[in-house]
Amino acid sequence: MNNINFLKPDKSNLNTFLYTGSFLFFFSVLDVFLNSFFKFNFVGFLPNFLSFFMPLILGFIGLHFIRIEYSGIKQLDLINKHINTNNFNAILSLLIIFIIIKSIPPILSWFFIDASFAGDSKDVCTGSGACWTYIKVWMRRFMYGMYPNAEQWRINLSFIALALLGSVGYFATDRFKKYLTLYYVVIYPLIAFLFIFFFISGGPVFFDFSYGIIAAILSIIVGFFIPSKFKFYYFLIVPFALYILLKYFLFFEEYIELGKLEGLNWVETGAWGGLSLTFIISFFCLIFCFPIGMAFALGRRSSFPLIRYISIGFIEFWRGVPLITVLFMSAVMFPMFLPADFFIDKLVRCIIAISLFEAAYVAEVIRGGLQALPRGQYEAAKSLGMGYWKMHIFVILPQALKLVIPGIANTFLALVKDTPLIFVVGLLEIVGMLNLAKTNPEWLGFAMEGYVFAAIIFWIICYAMSKYSYNLEQKYKTDR
Amino acid sequence: MNFKLKDLGPQLVTVIAVVLIFGFFTYNAQINMENRGIDFGYGFLSQESSFDVQFSLIEYDGSHSYFRAYLVGLLNTILVSVIGIIIATIIGVIVGVARLSPNYLINRFAAYYVEFFRNIPLLLQIFFWYFAALRALPLPQDAEAIFGVFFLTIKGLFVPAFIWENFNIFLYSIIAAIIAIVVIKIQAKKLQETQGKQTPVFLISIGLIFILPLLSFLIGGVNLSFEIPQLKQLAATSFVYDGGLSLPPELIALTLSLSLYTATFIAECVRAGIQGVSKGQKEAAASIGLTPNQVLKLVIMPQALRIIIPPTTNQYLNLTKNSSLAAAIAYPDLVLVFAGTALMQTGKAIEIVSITMFTYLSLSISISILMNWYNKKIAIQEK
Repeated sequence: MNNINFLKPDKSNLNTFLYTGSFLFFFSVLDVFLNSFFKFNFVGFLPNFLSFFMPLILGFIGLHFIRIEYSGIKQLDLINKHINTNNFNAILSLLIIFIIIKSIPPILSWFFIDASFAGDSKDVCTGSGACWTYIKVWMRRFMYGMYPNAEQWRINLSFIALALLGSVGYFATDRFKKYLTLYYVVIYPLIAFLFIFFFISGGPVFFDFSYGIIAAILSIIVGFFIPSKFKFYYFLIVPFALYILLKYFLFFEEYIELGKLEGLNWVETGAWGGLSLTFIISFFCLIFCFPIGMAFALGRRSSFPLIRYISIGFIEFWRGVPLITVLFMSAVMFPMFLPADFFIDKLVRCIIAISLFEAAYVAEVIRGGLQALPRGQYEAAKSLGMGYWKMHIFVILPQALKLVIPGIANTFLALVKDTPLIFVVGLLEIVGMLNLAKTNPEWLGFAMEGYVFAAIIFWIICYAMSKYSYNLEQKYKTDR
Repeated sequence: MNFKLKDLGPQLVTVIAVVLIFGFFTYNAQINMENRGIDFGYGFLSQESSFDVQFSLIEYDGSHSYFRAYLVGLLNTILVSVIGIIIATIIGVIVGVARLSPNYLINRFAAYYVEFFRNIPLLLQIFFWYFAALRALPLPQDAEAIFGVFFLTIKGLFVPAFIWENFNIFLYSIIAAIIAIVVIKIQAKKLQETQGKQTPVFLISIGLIFILPLLSFLIGGVNLSFEIPQLKQLAATSFVYDGGLSLPPELIALTLSLSLYTATFIAECVRAGIQGVSKGQKEAAASIGLTPNQVLKLVIMPQALRIIIPPTTNQYLNLTKNSSLAAAIAYPDLVLVFAGTALMQTGKAIEIVSITMFTYLSLSISISILMNWYNKKIAIQEK
C-alpha cells in the first residue's frame, strides 16, 4: 500500500478509492431514493440543514474519489468521461440525478397512481391525482368541437379516406411515380376540398370560396399547356377572370342546392372545432401558403424592379405584424373591404389570413434556398436555351427546395402551433374547447388535466413532423 | 440606359393588378362606411376613452384620451418584450452551451428541455401557466414570504418597491461609469496595438460600475429605502398586499411562457453558432499559447457571434410579436387595450387595426435595423 492522498485519487490505490467512492455515491443516491419514495431518511438524526445537503456532499466526495484517469476499467473511464470530468460537472450531474429521482414519485402519482380513470361524472375525481375522467367525458368535444354527435362519422370517414389517399405516394410503382407531383399538387387538394365541402360541411358554406378553388385548379391545369412566354400574364389574369366569370355569369343561386349531397345535414362552420378543425386549418393553409410563398420568393428575386418591390413590401408587411392582429383584421376589417352582398365564411377568412401570413415566411425560406444555389446552375440552364419558367421548374426549384426542407418544415410546424390563435375570430379548436370546458360549472377545477392532454397531443404531432422532416432531409440530401 | 421595352409588360400588368385590388377594397370600404354611417378619421384619438386599464406603467384612467390608452398598451407590450428577451437570452445561452457540454446528463437534460418546450404551442403554454399553474398558488393571507420580502400569491408577485432620494445623481453616476468604461476600453485597445501592453479592462470596469454608484450613496446624498408589501384586510375573507410593487399574474404567466418558449429557439441558435466555429480555429488559438479563457473570448466568441446574431434577432422579433398573445389572458397589452377595448367602444375598425399593425411593423423594423447595424459592425471586414 502506498500513501493515500484523499485530495488526489490516483491509480496506485485504485481499489480503495473505487470502493469508498462508489459506496458513498450509491449511498447518496439510495438516500434520495428512499427519501422520495418511502419518506425514509438515513441521515435524519442530523440537523435539518445538514441532512438536506448530506446526499449532495457524500455523492460529491464519492465522485471525487472515483475520478481516476486511465484506471484501466472500461466502465469507470466511461462514467468519468461522461458525467464526472471535473468537480463542477460532478455537482451538476448529482443535482440532475437527484432532481430526476425526486420528481418521479409526484409525477407518477399525479398521472397514474392517484388519478381516476373510471366513471363518467365529477364525483369519481376525489383523489389528489389527475382526473382523466374529465378528458374521457369531454373527448368528443375536444376532438370534434360542437359538431353533432350523430354526424361525427363524417369527419372520421373523411379523415381516414384522406389519410389513405395521401399515402398513395408510398405504394406508387415506378410507372406512376412521375405523376405524383401532379397528384399531390392538384388532384389531392381537390379531393380533400370536395370531401370537406360536400361531406363534412354538407352545405353551401364554402360556396363563394368554392368558385375560387375551382377557378384556381382549372387555371393551373390549363396553365401547364400555356407557352412559357405568356405564363406570367396567364397566371396573373386568368384565375381572377375565371373566378369572376364563374361567380357572376355561370353559376346562379339555383345551383347551390345541387352542391349538396343527398341525405346529409348541413353543419355550419361555427360548430366545427376541436382537433379536427386544427387538422383542417393546418391542411388547407399548408396547401395554399406554399405556392403563394413560392411566387413571392421568385418575385423578390425578379429582375423587374416593380415586381421586386411589391414582393418585398408584401413579405415584410406580413413578417412584421403578429398573427393575432392579422386575424383581427380578417375578423373586423376585412368584411369592410368587400361588397355588401359578398359573404365569406369566417373559417375561410381565417384560412386566407393564416395562409397569407405563413406564405411570407415560406417565401423567405425559399429565397434562402434560391440564393444558396451557385450561379453556375442558372448560367448552365440559360446556356441550354431554357427560358425563365423552364429554368426554374426543371433546374432551380428542385434543387432549392431540397436545400430548404428543414426551413419549410419549421414554418409548417409554426403554422400548426399557430392554429390555436383562431380563438380570436371565435372558432374553437382544441385549446379553445379546453377553455370552454374549463368554465363549465359542472367541471370546474380541471384546467391542468386539459392543458396537459392538449400539450401531449400537440407535442406528438409536432415531434412527428420534425422527425419526418429530418428523414426527408436525409433522403434528399445530395452531396455536392 | 438599360431600359427595355419588353421588361415593361409584366411590371405594368402586376402594378395594374395590385392597384385594381387595392382600388376595389378602397371603393368597397367607402361604400360600406357610407351605408353604415361611419366616418373615417383619426380624430377619436383625442377623445375621452372612459375605460380603465388594470395594469399601466404611466398614470391612466377613464378620463384620459384614447391616445393615452394606446400609449399604455404600447408600454405594456414593450415591458413584456424587454423582460422576455432578457430572460430568454439568459436561459437560451445557458441551455445552448449546456447542449454542447461533455457531461452526458446535462447534455440530455438541455436537449429534452428544447424538444419539450418548442413543440407545444405558445398559446397553450400561456394558458397552462396562467390558468393551471399560477392558480395553484396560495391566497394572499396564506402566502409565505420568500426571503422575508417577496410574496408569491394567486394575485401576483409582490416585491419591495425602491424609494429613491436624489435618483438622478445615482443615474448620472451610472452613466459616468459607462462612459468611463468605454473610454478605458478604447485606450486599452490603443495601448495594446501600439505597445503590446495588456490592461485588466474587465476588473477596472467591474470596479468602476460598483464604486461610482457607491460613491453617489456616500457623498452624493443618494438614499435608497425599501417599501415592503404589507398584508391588508379589505373584507372578512379578502386580503391584499399594500405598498411595494405588485406584478400581476398575467405578466408573470406571459413573461414565463414567452421566455421559456423563445429560449429553446435561442438555445438552438447558440448551439449552431458555437458548432459553426471550426475546430481548427480553437486548436490554432491554443497552439499560439492563448489560455482557454482567451481562446473563448478572442477566437471562438467573435466568430460564433457572427453566426448567432442574425437568427437570434429573428427570435427577438418573434418574441415581440408573440407578446400580442397577451390578449388571450387579458394582460392589457397593445392588442387588448387598443385593438380590443378601444375598438369595441369606437367601432373604428380600419383606423385602429391599421394603427396597431403599423406599430408592430415599426417595432419589428426598428429592432431589425438595430440588429443589422450591430451585425454589420461585427461582420468580417474583407479587404
